[in-house]
Amino acid sequence: MTELSATAVATGTADEPGATRRGALKCMLWTGAAAVWTVTGGVPRSRLIVDAAAQTTDEADTRALRFVQISDSHIGFAKPPNHDTPATLAAAIALARREAADAALMIHTGDVSHLSRDAQFDTAAEIIRGARLDTHYVPGEHDVLQDDGANFFARFMPKAQSGGWYSFDQQGVHFVALNNVQNLKAGGLGSLGPAQLAWLAADLRGRPASQPIVVFAHMPLWTVYADWGWGTEDAEQALTQLRRFGSVTVLNGHIHQIMQKVEGHVAFHTARSTAFPQSPPGSPAGPGPIKTLPAGRLRSTLGITRVASVHGGASLAVIDTPLGA
Amino acid sequence: MREGTLIRRILLAFALLLSAALIPVAAADRDAAVTIDNFTFLPAQLTVAVGTRVTWTNRDDIPHTVRNDAAPPAFRSPPLDTGDHYAYTFRRPGTYRYFCSLHPHMQGVVIVR
Repeated sequence: MTELSATAVATGTADEPGATRRGALKCMLWTGAAAVWTVTGGVPRSRLIVDAAAQTTDEADTRALRFVQISDSHIGFAKPPNHDTPATLAAAIALARREAADAALMIHTGDVSHLSRDAQFDTAAEIIRGARLDTHYVPGEHDVLQDDGANFFARFMPKAQSGGWYSFDQQGVHFVALNNVQNLKAGGLGSLGPAQLAWLAADLRGRPASQPIVVFAHMPLWTVYADWGWGTEDAEQALTQLRRFGSVTVLNGHIHQIMQKVEGHVAFHTARSTAFPQSPPGSPAGPGPIKTLPAGRLRSTLGITRVASVHGGASLAVIDTPLGA
Repeated sequence: MREGTLIRRILLAFALLLSAALIPVAAADRDAAVTIDNFTFLPAQLTVAVGTRVTWTNRDDIPHTVRNDAAPPAFRSPPLDTGDHYAYTFRRPGTYRYFCSLHPHMQGVVIVR
């Protein structure tokens, strides 16, 4: 294991005793910089990419779609607790190559760079290219600091709509990439805006409810902590359009820690950063990097040890069940 | 030696008194400062006279911006990395609310009289 704060998620399955619904999350813990997602029969699952023992029967199913998520690489950040963000991103990519060689693609949920500078974008692109995976990006607020993000969009999202959003299909799964980091209002949260919501409605129109949907955006599409702006103000309008689908997985970054929630058929997950951890919501330290954490402690407390505790079966998932189907 | 030291001390005291009397007067009417620490503008509310130049300094590990919430904004900073400054001189009275366009929960106001 590297000095990365490592992460992994394990999910329950439909045929598992005690599982209340298909999408119920059984247990989770992240100890790596990337997660592998497997979608079989419309049920997305993820596993710790550094844990070779966590093979499931899905691994043998060649029809299954597997993909990798990385997030918040913040190339250009060089302060405590991480003075070498390229190295930790490279370590994440090396893990992805070693443990997820069968992945069909990778997504990066934003904050590729720290300050939207050319050299930072160059460095990130060069390292991520090493994964040899088709990589799909969404912008973080750190990627669109100059020229309304024109440089980021040209480099990383050449096929996106003019506002910075797009969709694509892979092995029957429909991926929707959203931009919720621009045109933010004072006192507000992340924002999708009416143009993007209208595009989403058109994009989803006519799709069968049985098609699995994966939505990814930088800021969480549910309100993790409003006081720190950790949410998206008009996310509900997007979720309303998504609720008719039997399997919706919403993947975000931004908060540099794992949060999960299941609401009906919609499962929400936020990923860890490959650069630095941030404080839990509401902690007195505020929302910035946890800078007093030595690299050695990062490795020992968030690495293999915490994975073991996951296999002990502790459930950290928040599950909301609607009154009606 | 002793006398020379004493004279130097007296001169230094005079110099300090002069600077204490003169420089702040010159600066106070025209300059004010806001710092950014831990995702917070400090002071969050600032009242200044017309003609005052307000300088924001980012002391956080994360970049921030300073943007007036009017449309179009009266002032709008580039991204401020750690240690970067941005200054704006307020030439008209009014209430100027501003926020960080990256972290919009960060808000402040400058009242110009």
